[in-house]
Amino acid sequence: MATATVAAEPAVRIEKQPEKQSGIRPSGWVGFLFIAPNLLGVVAFTLIPLISVIVLAFTDWNLVSGLGGITFTGIDNFVAIARDPGFWHAVALTLVYVAVSVPLTVVLGLGLGIALNRPLPGRAVLRAIFFLPYIVNVVAIGMTWLMLMNPKAGLVNQVLDVFGIQPAWFASSHWALPALIVMAIWGGVGYCSLIYLSALQDAPRQLYEAADIDGASAWAKFRVITWPSLLPTTIFLMVTLIIGASQGFGLIALITAGGPGDATTTISYYMYQTGFQFYRFGYASAIGLVTFVGVLVLTLLTWRAQRGRALND
Amino acid sequence: MTKSKWLWGLPLWILAIAFLAPFAWMISTALKPDGAAYKIPMQWIPNPFQWDNFSTVLSGATSVLPAFGRSVFVAALRVAGELITATMAGYAFARMSFKGRDKLFLLYLATAIIPAQLLLVPRFIYFQKLGLYDTLWALILPGMFTVLGTFLMRQFFISQPAEFAEAARMDGANEWRVFTRIYLPLATPVMSALGILAFVWSWNDYETPLVLISNPDKYTLPLSLTNFVDEQGQIAPGLTMAASVISIVPVLLVFIVLQRRFIAAMTHTGIK
Repeated sequence: MATATVAAEPAVRIEKQPEKQSGIRPSGWVGFLFIAPNLLGVVAFTLIPLISVIVLAFTDWNLVSGLGGITFTGIDNFVAIARDPGFWHAVALTLVYVAVSVPLTVVLGLGLGIALNRPLPGRAVLRAIFFLPYIVNVVAIGMTWLMLMNPKAGLVNQVLDVFGIQPAWFASSHWALPALIVMAIWGGVGYCSLIYLSALQDAPRQLYEAADIDGASAWAKFRVITWPSLLPTTIFLMVTLIIGASQGFGLIALITAGGPGDATTTISYYMYQTGFQFYRFGYASAIGLVTFVGVLVLTLLTWRAQRGRALND
Repeated sequence: MTKSKWLWGLPLWILAIAFLAPFAWMISTALKPDGAAYKIPMQWIPNPFQWDNFSTVLSGATSVLPAFGRSVFVAALRVAGELITATMAGYAFARMSFKGRDKLFLLYLATAIIPAQLLLVPRFIYFQKLGLYDTLWALILPGMFTVLGTFLMRQFFISQPAEFAEAARMDGANEWRVFTRIYLPLATPVMSALGILAFVWSWNDYETPLVLISNPDKYTLPLSLTNFVDEQGQIAPGLTMAASVISIVPVLLVFIVLQRRFIAAMTHTGIK
């Protein structure tokens, strides 16, 4: 899965160093030669496609009409998107999917991370077990869960039979999205717990000792010390998971093909469908661009909301 | 002490076993005849063991081994290419100075936030024009030259003292020697982290080949797992699970052998 984010730490920024002090000597074109192999590839396989997708978003073009059939239509695609009920349905579904799966994964990951931070029998093995779903390819995972969630005879419903509930999961337009959410949580919790675990190990130990002397309760210590010190990690995880949950379409293409009906046609799957099943390249590019900007705004808002809270504390 | 250890340990272990259930189910089903896959109640230990599923997915017309080989080929070239180009570029961005360096780096920063999914449509068209569509090169080439790998390496090299280079240059070493003899040996831990990441990205990638590969004879391993689903969408449980187990083994081996470094790579970069 090619979802990627640049981590909050180490922070990526351009350090403006005085050349003399940093010991960097102007090396003329030699430095450029070092970068050239990577740069050529990035230009060819990332930059040109990126410019193309922006240009394509302002065209009407499909596979059948060939290269000659490309026509510039200005902002028509974006106007069409604004009026497209399919698009807004996909946006709403994606928002529900993100709003339920991301906070649940982060909170459960935090709980698990705190639990794993204690002395435990077989701690290293436990960590590895919870992390395992994260490193397995989406097809093996998808096929397994599809059978586990078989409405009639799957293992999940055999267990749920005890409680007298039998969801039809991927066969039901009500249960298909919850089924994907269950899978997302199972797949992401271990990853979150490991990130929290490494952050917890940097937690300010003296503060806990001081709190112990003051006789603070476990909850007070969590609220006043642990939670604030973990806030950057929480923001980082939210952003990473929001991007992942809104961009990935592999699992949906594999298991539900957006269905039943359009019950799991999230925005990324809608783009995939428009582009690679209907071959409407111009419209698909416009959807991709709008989605990208939307996700960017959403992650920036998450960032700011959390930062605001941190400053108020 | 040990008592309180188990007070937390026991519930966590129970949770861990529940977490592993899908994997246990996968292995169990891989060793069963198809009729037994949905037995109620669930039969965890296959009786009898059916090893035929594995021989079917490993031989003859249904073999996933060619796809396995293609996945190895793609991963090997991607890992090698990314390590070479990202290390050189990351080093130059951090420790060399040339005209336009910072502007170029800003461009890199800007493209780093572009999700791969957004580029699939133009890549689909573009690779068709270049004659790379439906070839393994459509998967390999973009993976060899990455912005994120360059970042990772730059962040490492910028944390290394510049004085080493100064001293070596005074002794008359050229830039290539400074890079290969002084800084590169220091970078092996980061390079192995990047190598692990590149391998896992490549090995598990499903979305890119789904879009850019159509000929079943070119399928990489994740795509080939869908070969055991018939036209009506009926899954052959035993064969699919046997092939799935095989698809997991390489990543699992790397994970077990390099666990510490693997987890550090995944958690410190936030890159999946």
